[in-house]
Amino acid sequence: MEDMDKIKEAKKKWREKYEKSSPQRDALFQSISGEPVDMLYSPDDIEGMEYLRDLGFPGEYPFTRGVRDNMYRGRLWTMRQFSGFGTAMDSNRRYHFLLERGQTGLSVAFHMPTIMGYDSDHPRALGEVGRCGVAIDSLEDMEVLFDRIPLDKVSTSMTINAPAAILLAFYICVAEKQGVSSSKISGTIQNDILKEYIAQKSWIFPPGPSIRIITDIMSFCSEHVPTWNTISISGYHIREAGSTAAQELAFTLADGFAYVDAGIKAGLDVDRFAPRLSFFFNSHIDFFEEIAKYRAARRIWAREMKEKYGAKKKESLLLRFHTQTAGCSLTAQQPENNIVRTAYEALAAVLGGTQSLHTNSMDETLALPSEKAVQVALRTQQIIAFETGVPDTIDPLAGSFYVETMTNRIEKKAYEYFDRIERLGGVIKAIEKGFFQKEISDAAYRYQREIERKKRIIVGVNDYVVENESIEIPLLTIDPEVERVQVAGVKALRARRDSDLVKRRLEALRNAAIGTDNLMPLILEASRAYVTLGEMIDVLKTVFGEYKEIPIF
Amino acid sequence: MERKVRILVAKPGLDGHDRGAKVVASALRDAGMEVIYTGLHQTAEMIVEAAVQEDVDIIGLSILSGAHMTLFPKVLELLRAKGVDDVLLVGGGIIPQSDVDELQKIGVARIFGPGSRTMEIAAYLKEWFKSSSRATA
Repeated sequence: MEDMDKIKEAKKKWREKYEKSSPQRDALFQSISGEPVDMLYSPDDIEGMEYLRDLGFPGEYPFTRGVRDNMYRGRLWTMRQFSGFGTAMDSNRRYHFLLERGQTGLSVAFHMPTIMGYDSDHPRALGEVGRCGVAIDSLEDMEVLFDRIPLDKVSTSMTINAPAAILLAFYICVAEKQGVSSSKISGTIQNDILKEYIAQKSWIFPPGPSIRIITDIMSFCSEHVPTWNTISISGYHIREAGSTAAQELAFTLADGFAYVDAGIKAGLDVDRFAPRLSFFFNSHIDFFEEIAKYRAARRIWAREMKEKYGAKKKESLLLRFHTQTAGCSLTAQQPENNIVRTAYEALAAVLGGTQSLHTNSMDETLALPSEKAVQVALRTQQIIAFETGVPDTIDPLAGSFYVETMTNRIEKKAYEYFDRIERLGGVIKAIEKGFFQKEISDAAYRYQREIERKKRIIVGVNDYVVENESIEIPLLTIDPEVERVQVAGVKALRARRDSDLVKRRLEALRNAAIGTDNLMPLILEASRAYVTLGEMIDVLKTVFGEYKEIPIF
Repeated sequence: MERKVRILVAKPGLDGHDRGAKVVASALRDAGMEVIYTGLHQTAEMIVEAAVQEDVDIIGLSILSGAHMTLFPKVLELLRAKGVDDVLLVGGGIIPQSDVDELQKIGVARIFGPGSRTMEIAAYLKEWFKSSSRATA
């Protein structure tokens, strides 16, 4: 090994020479998260690092280089485009389109009423039906959504949180009708309520009952749906709300540890449920910062699961994650530029070792993706996979002085946040105190000020602007007829159901909610009787209450 | 001395995306305005009630859910029903240009879409207020 002192001495000389003679551009030279970026990184920046201890090999502790020993040499990441709009029939059509274009997994976007626990004919659903995602009111809609999609062959991720148990039940029932046992279905429910209070804000019940529902799901799945990811512990939304990369990393992992604590408290053995916890990160535009973030995430999770929680199974230590490229990095101006942003962000995610990837469409600052735009987004992944050569070797940036420095740095920052959260009394107490929310809104405001003062350039927005530009890409619109059709459908369903059976199922659900029985079997029974999502949520609200946020800005 | 301009920043409907609303609220507060932020999941009724109670000069709605063609008209309808005709209604969010044109026809003064500068929003609102009937009321 070269003499570190010699290197430090030589670098000092080089720096003195450069500072005297070479000008610097007028730029921040900070990552998008505000991390200072030095002009050069060299071996002295990672002095003290030990390959075997800090990096190791893929598929082996501490998993810095990847969760699987063969990574993309064995199997590429799943190309899983988040999708959903209009009625179940509209979305089913789009799912077939995506699968035919080479997507390898499904990802369901539900409309706001479903997300918030309302049926499409509820007064609060007015104007919202089918606009942000697909309208799902009952098992009947779910059956249409997965028409001609074999659930023993295709895995599905569902972005649903407060009502996750219900959508999982609907999915299990659809599989049942296809003759596929719940032990054979694969997929994920986001089911990460803590980040709802922190960032995505689609809550229904208060934290206590919400955690109970989550541990019920974890317990149920460990027995009946073994290849199902019960939580997708998410940083994506935290980042979209304006957090820094370090905050995204720290808050996500802190949430993860809180779920592990909850599972253990509920009497579950950590090695039984931990292997089915998964993660979901953002891939923002600051290229190397994101790659460092993913690597640090794996190392931190593995270490804590082993040392803090005493997990024994290898699978309990693996931070498996899905990534979505950053929606908040995209612009409404010159939307074609978004193809480029998404491509770099997707590349960062692949270099970071993601297991699954969604690439945004260029038009998502304006509308839900058109067919043309989502095809380009999918092709972006396929080009990385098959043309760039990047997936052919594992963790190619390992050993980069810069990347390892950033990985170490963001890891350290994460631990500083863990300490602060600990001192506040844990995640839930910190949520009640508005800690995360304030960190996020402060970071968002700081970023906005940087842009408005042109300290940070956003191409097409505060520089390289085209005045009076016209948007020349086709945009998806949601026909208001969707709402009429959906409302008529759910009303017709209620009219033709066995209403006595519905009443009995809801009563049984209510009693289970009041007691301590696992809710999943009761939700499944209700689903089979075509009880609607809104009806189940209403009953649960009477028992659990509703969460109310104290707004701060 | 001129009094502070009072604005209600509101999140109507089921949309939970509050980053923009909060950034605008903070910027307007820093620009010297009195800002009341309603928080999330407000109905049009709750918003108009709050606007009247707080006697605001301006209401700003933030909508990213696509429900703007239902929510804006509803707020306007309720304001008219209450005889409120001097309050400025503006908004932001994900609203296609064709809908922006429609909304401006029915009484929404301005929509500040993605990429808008908060300093410009503040300047516009203060400028409007100066020549509004509420300034001298």
